[in-house]
Amino acid sequence: MAVTRVFGARIKRREDPRLITGTATYTDDIVIPGMCYTVIVRSPYAHARIKRIDVERARKHPGVVAAFTGKDLEGKVNPIPCAWLIPGSDLKTPPHPALAVDRVRYVGEGVAVVVATSRHAAADAASLVEVEVEPLPAVVNQEKAMQPGAPQIHDGVPNNVAFHWKVSSGDVGRAFQEADVVIRQRMVNHRLIPNAMEPRSCVAAYNRGSGDLTIWMTSQNPHIHRVLLSGILGIPEHRLRIIAPEVGGGFGSKIPCYADEAVVAFCAMQTGHPVKWGEDRRENYLATAHGRDHIVDLEVAAKKDGTITAIRGTCYANLGAYLSTAAPGVPTILHGLMMCGPYTIPNIDYEVYGIFTNTTPVDAYRGAGRPEATYYVERLVDMVARKLNMDPVEVRRKNFIPKDKFPYTVATGITYDSGDYEASLETLLRIIDYPNFRKEQEKAWKEGRYLGIGFSTYVEICGLGPSQVAGAVGFQGALWESALVRVHPTGKVTVLTGASPHGQGEETTFAQIVSEELGIPIEDIEVLHGDTEMIPMGWGTYGSRTTAVGGAALFVACRRIVEKGKKLAAHLLEASEQDILFEGGRFFVKGAPDRAKTIQEVALQAYLAWNLPAGFEPALEATAFYDPPNFTYPFGAHACIVEVDPETGTVKIRRYVAVDDCGRVVNPLIVDGQVHGGLAQGIGQALYEYAYYDDFGQLLTGSMSDYAVPKASQLPPFETARTETPSPHHPLGLKGVGETGTIASTPAVANAVVDALQPLGIHHIDIPLTPPRVLAAIRQAQGR
Amino acid sequence: MIPAAFEYYAPATVEEALQLLRELGPEAKLLAGGHSLLPMMKLRLSTPKALVDIGRIPDLRYIREEGNTLAIGATTTHWMIESSEVVRNRVPLLAEAAGRIGDVQVRNMGTIGGSLAHADPAADYPAAILALEAEIVAQGPRGKRSIPAAEFFKGLFTTALEPDELLVEVRIPVPVEKSGAAYLKFPHPASGFAVVGCAALLTLDGGRCQKARVAFTGVTEKAFRDRAVEDALTGKAPDEKTIASASQKAAEGVEPLSDIFASAEYRKHLAKVFARRALMAAASRAH
Repeated sequence: MAVTRVFGARIKRREDPRLITGTATYTDDIVIPGMCYTVIVRSPYAHARIKRIDVERARKHPGVVAAFTGKDLEGKVNPIPCAWLIPGSDLKTPPHPALAVDRVRYVGEGVAVVVATSRHAAADAASLVEVEVEPLPAVVNQEKAMQPGAPQIHDGVPNNVAFHWKVSSGDVGRAFQEADVVIRQRMVNHRLIPNAMEPRSCVAAYNRGSGDLTIWMTSQNPHIHRVLLSGILGIPEHRLRIIAPEVGGGFGSKIPCYADEAVVAFCAMQTGHPVKWGEDRRENYLATAHGRDHIVDLEVAAKKDGTITAIRGTCYANLGAYLSTAAPGVPTILHGLMMCGPYTIPNIDYEVYGIFTNTTPVDAYRGAGRPEATYYVERLVDMVARKLNMDPVEVRRKNFIPKDKFPYTVATGITYDSGDYEASLETLLRIIDYPNFRKEQEKAWKEGRYLGIGFSTYVEICGLGPSQVAGAVGFQGALWESALVRVHPTGKVTVLTGASPHGQGEETTFAQIVSEELGIPIEDIEVLHGDTEMIPMGWGTYGSRTTAVGGAALFVACRRIVEKGKKLAAHLLEASEQDILFEGGRFFVKGAPDRAKTIQEVALQAYLAWNLPAGFEPALEATAFYDPPNFTYPFGAHACIVEVDPETGTVKIRRYVAVDDCGRVVNPLIVDGQVHGGLAQGIGQALYEYAYYDDFGQLLTGSMSDYAVPKASQLPPFETARTETPSPHHPLGLKGVGETGTIASTPAVANAVVDALQPLGIHHIDIPLTPPRVLAAIRQAQGR
Repeated sequence: MIPAAFEYYAPATVEEALQLLRELGPEAKLLAGGHSLLPMMKLRLSTPKALVDIGRIPDLRYIREEGNTLAIGATTTHWMIESSEVVRNRVPLLAEAAGRIGDVQVRNMGTIGGSLAHADPAADYPAAILALEAEIVAQGPRGKRSIPAAEFFKGLFTTALEPDELLVEVRIPVPVEKSGAAYLKFPHPASGFAVVGCAALLTLDGGRCQKARVAFTGVTEKAFRDRAVEDALTGKAPDEKTIASASQKAAEGVEPLSDIFASAEYRKHLAKVFARRALMAAASRAH
């Protein structure tokens, strides 16, 4: 009999029918009797002293229940904390009030809130709130913010420097002295807006009798939000319930603990009404964390044969006006430590300044620090190749960590678990037929057409992560994950995961893991998540950790079910426990496969408890808390082929090939989907997306008609392939794939454009490679 | 994204709509497809006291062939124009421009009259309307009048329409035989509006341009016909060299728009590139 394996099967996402037929329940769909609506009044000024806020006219507006300012919150709502306190960096953590009291520091900062019986009344009343301010000079650029005489954004943070962090290893000075070539390049990794399809939203309901507060919210990590909001609101953790219903994407922007949810909860507690709040898209652009925003001075040292001997750099990371929850860790731990890429670069000297500016706070956005690192390293590798007149593929090969050297500790001190970089690159070269492409390119150049190819061979750190390391790098929490597997009396299964999927498809992949491990049909398995009252403590979904860490916890829990089941099966089959085997959902006696009990039969007996072995606890469920021994390090090789229109500067992607290695694959269809989405965002950064502030701190790309989220018509068809190098420390050999597309693709596109323009002698153009910017580079190169 | 309160009227006839406009005065706004007005109202950039919805007037939605003229009712949607056999056969330039507007959802709702009356400097129709030398029919308390396209666009979001007038029809002369036309645009990567849009119409006589019409949208604060380019082509064979040289005259002496995506200089440059490309396409279609 042919057995179709569930693990590794291209099963369609089980969550999709409800999502695509409009029957899913998002936070904004929740309606509670007596519910009121809030609008948060936001600062139109980037930097100003508040002289007066008057909510009296708003209070008198028909339908208005209450209106509050920052002063009303004082002593009742604690400042919003930062939860990643990177050590050894002199980190400053100026207070972040939930509503501004005496100063506003970015356009979009909340200054007042209106509660009304309808959305319309709340919106009308919000426009009646009077805010009188004394505008202060603003600064939006991180380098300018560091200059003497720049506007000072927080007391006690001289020159707006929140931290200075450094990673250093080897003898960088000597490497540069002994280098055959040294290349210096300033690069910009510009600011992006995450653009989850569902904006942030919450509903808070407070029971004055019991003191229980329930908050439905768009969260990637409800348990973290419970801990933080408990502290902010002074509500004991066991009285606070956070529920993340259907969540329409996050890309990191629903990790942070924002002021808004705390303000809405405060409104519910003050008024006794359940209260709803939801961002519109414009508000989302201003009030939800942004991503990236670096300016970096980079240097690379290499030998004539292409061996890269050192990278040195100074990164100026724009943090926005306040420290968002994970902000300090993103440009340091998740970024600086990845500056070796997949290469044996022995000497690293990289320092990062985190800088406050009068802009929306910056935090994790898909990839969070690794796309930036990959972009810099992959651009530098191409520059070395160009300078040495070598094939960029050869320079990569020359510097790859060889596959027999894993686990490999890179110069920044982290240990990559496994890798076969050569194999993914070879697969890629085969797919694109590299030698042929170069011939085609030569021909095109002769015809005056600018055809180019860009490579990106990347490695990333994910599967966050070992809790001990989390503690050592200042993360104010742990990074293990929980799973509870409950086999019901009828053999159906409920899985509770502490991760909080919000589009990644774990309701399908986790069911596949359980089905594989327990031999139970996938349709009999339900995966639940996102409710702190129901789910054991867990740390949520981000950093491509859900399957990598949560999946491991699930595996351990399943093994516990099997172990317990074996004990009962042995008893029921009157055999010794050592003689019981489990396969395909059946417990049977070794050598006598007909003496068997199905897992469903065993489950029923475990619950009936009529006939249990001595000391056997009834029921069949198991919980596991899995703390990974290391991070996982997915890798791969991407190539992008572009043609640049020299008359308009338009970049047309002719082909995009992604070869990824995320270890073993639970569901190839979902992995493809994750890669596709990631590519769209990475290509978006390379060609289209950028958040632009003017000197007054106004976000000029404040809507989707200004900020170019790529549409399907602006993207090429994606070709995906995989190699499979299991993680040696993960029980299922998994690594994680949620961010690889974003991490790898931006430099592949940028390298391709520069490669195409080689005949013009162009060496670098900063992303985003918009047509005007590319054309300007072309015309400059042509001396026009 | 919640508009301020407003009154809503849905007249059944043009006369009723005009009556409402008279009664409600300047604080009323006409609503057609709603694709320009409603977003502005949601942002409270526009807070009209009343909306007069002409989208429900059946008599304003039509495409008629009247001899050598195509008459199109004001609330005819972009999709109707893009997909109409008669428009595609008789005035393909208009169908081409309609098909480049926004996306399918926008084209299903947005209307030609609404787009023209709104006079967004980056809208697609104005270039085509100018190149086609269409007439815009306005109806008001003083009756109907016809406004040549060249006199219709007055400036940024400003037209020759009077506040009490309703744009009721667009009349397009069907180009004669041996004409070829093209509308090419460089869309803004986010909004899809024309950073530069160029409509070109060539009418040949004995292999030479008996008539050349070139109009731009997106370049300046209002769509305009570029007579310098037209003049450089008239009477000449539209070969590659002539077109290239004529296109170099595009957008000279105008003050191009500038924004964070595209500078004035870039727009001016694109105008020349798109003039050449549109003219080459038009020439290849002229037979």
